[in-house]
Amino acid sequence: MELEMRGLTKRFGSFTANDDISLTIEPGEIHCLLGDNGAGKNKLMNMLYGLLEPTAGEVRLDGEPVTFATPGDAIEAGIGMVHQHFMLVPVFTVAENVMLGREQTRGLGVLDREKAAALVRELSERYRLAVDPHALVEDLPVGVQQRVEIIKALANEAKVLILDEPTAVLTPQEIDELMDIMRSLKEQGTSIVFITHKLREVKAIGDRITVIRRGKVVGTAPPSTSETELAEMMVGRAVKLTVDKEPARPGDVVMEAKDVTVIDPRGHTVVKGVSFEARAGEVLGIAGVQGNGQTELIKSLLGVIRPDAGRILVDGQDISAHGPRESLETGIGYIPEDRSHDGYVGAFTVRENLVLDLYRNDEFSKGFALRLDNIAKNAAARIEEFDIRTEDMDTPVSSLSGGNQQKVVVARELSRPLKVLVASQPTRGVDVGSIEFIHKRIITERDQGTAVVIVSTELDEIFALADRIAVMYDGRIVGIVSPDIAREDIGLMMAGAVGPADVAKEGTDA
Amino acid sequence: MPEQTKPEGAGLPEDQPVRPEDKADVRSPASWLPTVKVTAAAFLLALVVGAFLIVFSDQQTIESLGYFFDYPWDFFRYAGEAIYQSYWALLTGAVGSGRAISQTLERAAPLICAGLGVSLAFRTGLFNIGAQGQLLIGTILAGYVGFTWSMPPGLHLLVALIAGVLGGAAWGAISGLLKAKTGAHEVITTIMLNYVATSLLLYLLTKNAFQRPGSDNPRSLPAEESALFPSIGTTHTGVILAVIAAVGVWWLLERSTIGFEMRAVGANADAAATAGMSVGRAYTLAMLIAGALAGLAATMQILGRNDSLTANVAGSIGFDAITVALLGRATPLGTVLAGLLFGALAAGGIQMQASEAATPVSLTLVLQALIVLFVAAPALVRGVMRMKDTGGGATVMAKGWGS
Repeated sequence: MELEMRGLTKRFGSFTANDDISLTIEPGEIHCLLGDNGAGKNKLMNMLYGLLEPTAGEVRLDGEPVTFATPGDAIEAGIGMVHQHFMLVPVFTVAENVMLGREQTRGLGVLDREKAAALVRELSERYRLAVDPHALVEDLPVGVQQRVEIIKALANEAKVLILDEPTAVLTPQEIDELMDIMRSLKEQGTSIVFITHKLREVKAIGDRITVIRRGKVVGTAPPSTSETELAEMMVGRAVKLTVDKEPARPGDVVMEAKDVTVIDPRGHTVVKGVSFEARAGEVLGIAGVQGNGQTELIKSLLGVIRPDAGRILVDGQDISAHGPRESLETGIGYIPEDRSHDGYVGAFTVRENLVLDLYRNDEFSKGFALRLDNIAKNAAARIEEFDIRTEDMDTPVSSLSGGNQQKVVVARELSRPLKVLVASQPTRGVDVGSIEFIHKRIITERDQGTAVVIVSTELDEIFALADRIAVMYDGRIVGIVSPDIAREDIGLMMAGAVGPADVAKEGTDA
Repeated sequence: MPEQTKPEGAGLPEDQPVRPEDKADVRSPASWLPTVKVTAAAFLLALVVGAFLIVFSDQQTIESLGYFFDYPWDFFRYAGEAIYQSYWALLTGAVGSGRAISQTLERAAPLICAGLGVSLAFRTGLFNIGAQGQLLIGTILAGYVGFTWSMPPGLHLLVALIAGVLGGAAWGAISGLLKAKTGAHEVITTIMLNYVATSLLLYLLTKNAFQRPGSDNPRSLPAEESALFPSIGTTHTGVILAVIAAVGVWWLLERSTIGFEMRAVGANADAAATAGMSVGRAYTLAMLIAGALAGLAATMQILGRNDSLTANVAGSIGFDAITVALLGRATPLGTVLAGLLFGALAAGGIQMQASEAATPVSLTLVLQALIVLFVAAPALVRGVMRMKDTGGGATVMAKGWGS
């Protein structure tokens, strides 16, 4: 089935989200839609899926103009969509989720679970999507939940499958598996619209790449286009994908973790005796696949959770019993993994979020009274310095783009003298332009003599920033290596396939 | 006030599109104008529905329906008269004379105080159902000090006032502490503490220390003259305290570090904790202050209206306070306006019953309920009134059962 968009336009008041977009998805192709956050990819797909009504333009299927008033119409026409946030009922089984909305019954309204399970089995065999139809969705890893979404779409006989940022939540291995699935779908004639902002992925899988910037199609490129060129199309100016930095000049040990152990509320030991040293003027990168204890380790460094054993020292002082407030006062800067969860208060304005952990300082409050003048001055200065794109300082942070939300968090944490900067996934869900900026600021902070600890599941980021790399697997640091290690070797360590001894290893205190 | 309207989408930096759907789910401070419009429209709609109820509760009008097709004019005349008389009585009873205004203010003041407590808790992410219980404890303490102790005027008032406020504060703080220390949901604990307070009052009213001497009725003496709020004209001065409380709550929420913490905890407790705020402290403090405000409302019943302690001393003020806070969108100014509206309806309702149409006072309760119902469903009001959706239909949100 050929899917064609002709002059699709969507306006919200004076704001144009999509401007005259024309695009053709050929049968059996993987068409990548590349664009920064806020470029208008999602709005476009929502129009295609009947969630938004276009202001102008039309959609054609095999040359016939169609209009979708609801997603139901789009599904009927053979369009399937896998949203970034899954639309699954966690307490239902895979088969139940797949039949949701089109339940088949055997007389008297009894659900025909077997038929649904058989359908799931058939689809999972045909497209090599290994899933147990009777497993509860909440018990499945994210990657498998995504497969359930794909099966759901296929069960509705989708001929065009829209995958909205499908790799954002996946581990590197799961991304590889997803790409295999996409190839196998393509072989069987399903066209795929693959939405992403990751350059490496579009080059790996795309047949054609359409780049969207500020709601307009910038151009269509073959996958042989270089990453630099694609990034330039995406951002609209030359972008550095690597970070310029001088070699580190490590100083004294500032932060030291000794046998830190964390047991989660369910009783699992998630951090198992982790020890490391972070030195002034140096970036320690902690690499690893999501869910290997990094989240808990980082939280214990700030004192959001208390380590169950082991010690954390800053300048020789034991801070393991400290809460976040004391830790922040000790001079730890903290950029959390999930900014919307614990990095900012969405309903608060930019101005308020910029002092979220600073309002106790004499500069911003006197007794119980907030010093509004200084808070406003601070906001104006940070917005300028960090190039935070916002209507004004009274805009709620939740209405900023992801990159600018992150800049608010980074600006706040870097706006006071730090001994240690602890940053987890500092550029997750951030546009390319902002990634460049945030990386630069982190390196500047390093060069001012701050010890920097970066946790990232993106190897690119680790290689761009780190002076030493600690690899975490299953709650342990399996090795501390130098950044000139080969990508494959570190990949093996991350997968737990090889211990540190088998990989060319640098001394722990190098 | 930090509240100001912004034209949607105007003046955006070109490359940073604000997603409209993101904007809508923010409890943004940028939306009071549409809010006022919706509230006014809801009020009008409620009056229209109320008019039907008036018509069909008027004896004469109903009788005229019997010969509607012979002489329909009678029906319309009687209906019009009934509606006019009722609403005119409602209006004059609320604001038609100095006496009426004083009635309105005296009824509004405790609603405003207790409503402020509920609003403050809302902003901290807590659903405080316990204003009623906090009020009752306040009346018990203020009343006890008021009618048993003997003190010089002024001082007596002050001590009784403090006793009432502290009583409410303590009762509120229990729920706050339980939430902070054990995670017990405040909706459950406040409801349970309401029962405890109600029963405690009933129990105390059977005891000699509280009962009127020589009486078996569950009723205390009124407070001594020396413990009463002085009056200006026909209005007791406790009303002024409600205004001061509103300004105080506004300052606390918008201008103080404590309010900053409370609002942060209310909007995103995880981010607040990560920023070094104590979530438990914010919960405890919010419930303590909410209780104190309910206690203040209590003193207005006992020391202002000079009511005796009875089982009904607090009426349903503590529950109406929740409605007032919701209608006022959990802002101090909104709560004051909503409190005044409810006070006016209560004062005017009595006049309405006394009017020729003899419309039952319960109609005002229906009106109150309808207004809130319409405000809670802004889409409905906009649909009926053909108003444009400006995306400003922000509603108060408290946490569910999750955390």
